[in-house]
Amino acid sequence: MSVHRIRFTLNGEPREVTASADRLLVDLLRDDLGATGTKKGCAVGVCGSCSVLVNGELVSACLYPVVYVDGAAVTTVEGLASPDGSLAPLQEAFIVHGGFQCGICTPGQLVAATALLAERPRPSERDISRWMMGNICRCTGYAGIRQAIRAAGGDRP
Amino acid sequence: MSYDFHAPTALAEALELAAAYGEDAHFMAGGTSLVLLMGQGLVRPGHVVGLRGLTELRGITKDADGTLRIGALVTHREAERSPEVRAHCTALGDTFGHVATVRIRNQATLGGNLVHADPAQDPPPMLLALDASLSVASRSGERSVALDGFFTDTFATALEPGEIVREIRVPPLATGARACYLKFLPRTADDYATVSVAAVASGGIVRVALGGVGPTPLRARAVERAIASGAAIGDAVAAVVDDIDPLDDGRGSAAYKRTMARVWTARALREVLG
Repeated sequence: MSVHRIRFTLNGEPREVTASADRLLVDLLRDDLGATGTKKGCAVGVCGSCSVLVNGELVSACLYPVVYVDGAAVTTVEGLASPDGSLAPLQEAFIVHGGFQCGICTPGQLVAATALLAERPRPSERDISRWMMGNICRCTGYAGIRQAIRAAGGDRP
Repeated sequence: MSYDFHAPTALAEALELAAAYGEDAHFMAGGTSLVLLMGQGLVRPGHVVGLRGLTELRGITKDADGTLRIGALVTHREAERSPEVRAHCTALGDTFGHVATVRIRNQATLGGNLVHADPAQDPPPMLLALDASLSVASRSGERSVALDGFFTDTFATALEPGEIVREIRVPPLATGARACYLKFLPRTADDYATVSVAAVASGGIVRVALGGVGPTPLRARAVERAIASGAAIGDAVAAVVDDIDPLDDGRGSAAYKRTMARVWTARALREVLG
């Protein structure tokens, strides 16, 4: 099994790891780097709880080989708040509008919605549906999540 | 999984690596399918040749004769949003947007999609109805392969060992041509259609292709012949049962898929001919 030196940034911080060829990003983040905000739900790329950004693009960390992260900027849920700890407007909106209950899908919802709002600052209902369809929630029925995204997107609260 | 990972930066280098390791090597493009297959133990390569460094396979261009050329490493998301793809055929851009979720579309490539050859995938029927072809590269050169006939069985294609799909070529459409892709997705346990239908009417020629109704995506030639001989849509689609061979599975019974194939082929034909 080949081993590779991977240099990347995690939430803006430079990192260097040595990873075997088959290492997946979700396991590197959770087990090696202590970034357990990213969850491992289905492990087949369907549920969205492992959603992360690689160079600003939303991907499933459970399907992403670590060898593909070399030279990239990785963003996880831990990187959404400001360095001083103040929450992003989207995170505040999730609290205000009831965007979570048990919280297991929440990191993925936040990362996915962050990517949506970066691409489309004022998403339509259809935009939200189509973009967020890959982030499954067992608790909320999605209404609070949608409301939070609408609010963070600059819509009337 | 235990393998050596190689990251060539040029097509020639990738082909050399594949030749060196033969059957023990597997290409990885986006990785969405291969990571799953390896994780399930269905594929156990000793060597994985990553293709993401092959920037020469990433472009989307249009030839002077109007042929749309999409590099095999273009992601579904890039293709979905590409002005060149949409200008060539809006339905084709929409088809790429039907695939899975935005996460998968950001990572998965079109070449990888075609080589994976799942009969229920979205791009193949639309590309078949558009009469697309592939440019396939090997150490001995390059050959053109019509997409029609490329899929030989479920998860099997006409690729020879060591070959790489270089690009997808979509011929120009006639002025006033119409195209559509309809994805019937009554169950969402996964994102694959129970039945999908692509139809293109261009320059008086009508092509119809279906997904999810046989071991491969397929052209509905009996339906096409009926339309060409002047049959009304309602009569022509009855012939679809001659073209398809669906299985009973979690997405529907074979009988249900046969019925739905008729219904959705009729809808697709009405959209491009109506």
